[in-house]
Amino acid sequence: MMNKNLPGWRELPEGAVVRDPGNTETIDVSGWRVFKPVIIDDKCTRCRLCWIYCPDGAIIEVIDEKAKMGKRYEVDYVHCKGCGICYAECPVNAIEWVPEER
Amino acid sequence: MPRLALTTNYAVAHAAKDSDVDVIAAYPITPSTPAAEKLAEFAANGEIDAEYIHVESEHSAASALVGASAVGARTFTVTASQGLIYMSEVLYIASGLRLPIVLGVASRALSAPLSIWGDMHDIAVLRDAGIVTYFVSSAQEAYDTVIQAFKVAEDPRVHLPAIVDYDGFVLSHVTEPVETLEKEEVLKFIPKKITWNTLNPKNPISMGTVGEPDWYYEFKYQQQVAMENALKVAEEVDEEFGKVFGRKYGVVEPFMMEDAEVALLAYGAHAGTARVAVERARKEGIKVGLVRLKLWRPFPVPHLKKLFDGISVVGVLDRAMSLGAPRQGPVALDLMAMYASDPSSAPKMASYTIGIGQRDVRVEDILYIINQLAEFAKGKEIPERTIPIGLRE
Repeated sequence: MMNKNLPGWRELPEGAVVRDPGNTETIDVSGWRVFKPVIIDDKCTRCRLCWIYCPDGAIIEVIDEKAKMGKRYEVDYVHCKGCGICYAECPVNAIEWVPEER
Repeated sequence: MPRLALTTNYAVAHAAKDSDVDVIAAYPITPSTPAAEKLAEFAANGEIDAEYIHVESEHSAASALVGASAVGARTFTVTASQGLIYMSEVLYIASGLRLPIVLGVASRALSAPLSIWGDMHDIAVLRDAGIVTYFVSSAQEAYDTVIQAFKVAEDPRVHLPAIVDYDGFVLSHVTEPVETLEKEEVLKFIPKKITWNTLNPKNPISMGTVGEPDWYYEFKYQQQVAMENALKVAEEVDEEFGKVFGRKYGVVEPFMMEDAEVALLAYGAHAGTARVAVERARKEGIKVGLVRLKLWRPFPVPHLKKLFDGISVVGVLDRAMSLGAPRQGPVALDLMAMYASDPSSAPKMASYTIGIGQRDVRVEDILYIINQLAEFAKGKEIPERTIPIGLRE
């Protein structure tokens, strides 16, 4: 069905280009996930591999003086698509792979 | 204006050189190879200030040009046959991204059986890709049309790729005199101006995006509108070319149509043979005319309707077979569809396939068709199928 609230063909940019860079930040992709990564902070050695490998920048490095080595890692569940790369790469099994329940 | 003896392959290479192309990416394939070689020679000798990208396939050639065109380069390639259909995936993308890449295609049959010889099965595959498609009938016309194709493709009302199609061997390898132009005068006609969406760090955009069901249709429709615009633009460009350089062709070229009762619709090199046949048939008292289709996509509907108004029977000479379609000839199908909403204004139409896999086409073959059209005009029933010419039973 046609969505009448969206712009018509005359108003859209030629070649389907996107003119506002970085707009993927506004898109919630949490619905893509079947499993989600859960970081077990006690096991985490702060090696940063999950942060490096995440293709969507969905591992967030949080500066926290109270945390081990002054920082910890959190998952941005709005932008995590559940690809499992962090889970596969973590060398100390500090990421669990938990089924999504909706 | 140096007058040179050029094959059509060389003529399109010269036209690309004189259009001051920035990037060429080509993979050699018969019968377009001499054009790719000539362009490489121009680049190697410094006769052209272009990047010549050596690629490992036609798919890569087209992909390289998508990238180059996406940053604003004037881009060109040549190919044929399997090479063109190997490019086809990327050429659909080039059209969807609205990139004005220009290609020379030396049309050749498609395997199997393997045939390096000429026909138009290759270009027929690209019919629906959203590419402005010209058929030419001489080396001079190929040269002029490549220059025109850049102007049409880069026009803001169009922004689509364009193909200049010429018959493999019959045109690609035949030497004719060609009036070439100086780069300076060509660039005055087609100034370098980036009007299409390009990747530029100062004004960043994303290209190659996803079109979900809420979006895809609108972008496809934009391509259709651009195609419709291309008809008017192609006419304007040809008109302007004629004013500046003294040669123009029209999107269709009528011959002896003024008092014609029956007519041929032909394209490419066959149109030349058909011209001779029409002249001969006229001497035998048959009132036959010829329309040469120069622009295939977009299809010049109003022009053809005007020319065929009052014509009793039109015979379409096609050089490709759309297997399993109501008629095999792709142009015959277009002509028949053209009258679908107003059948009372339509002439009777007969579809012929001829010159398939470079089966020799003689003037006598076309005279045979003209005689048949005259009989159809008198009331003989037109078979409800395509009539193969030069096929062994």
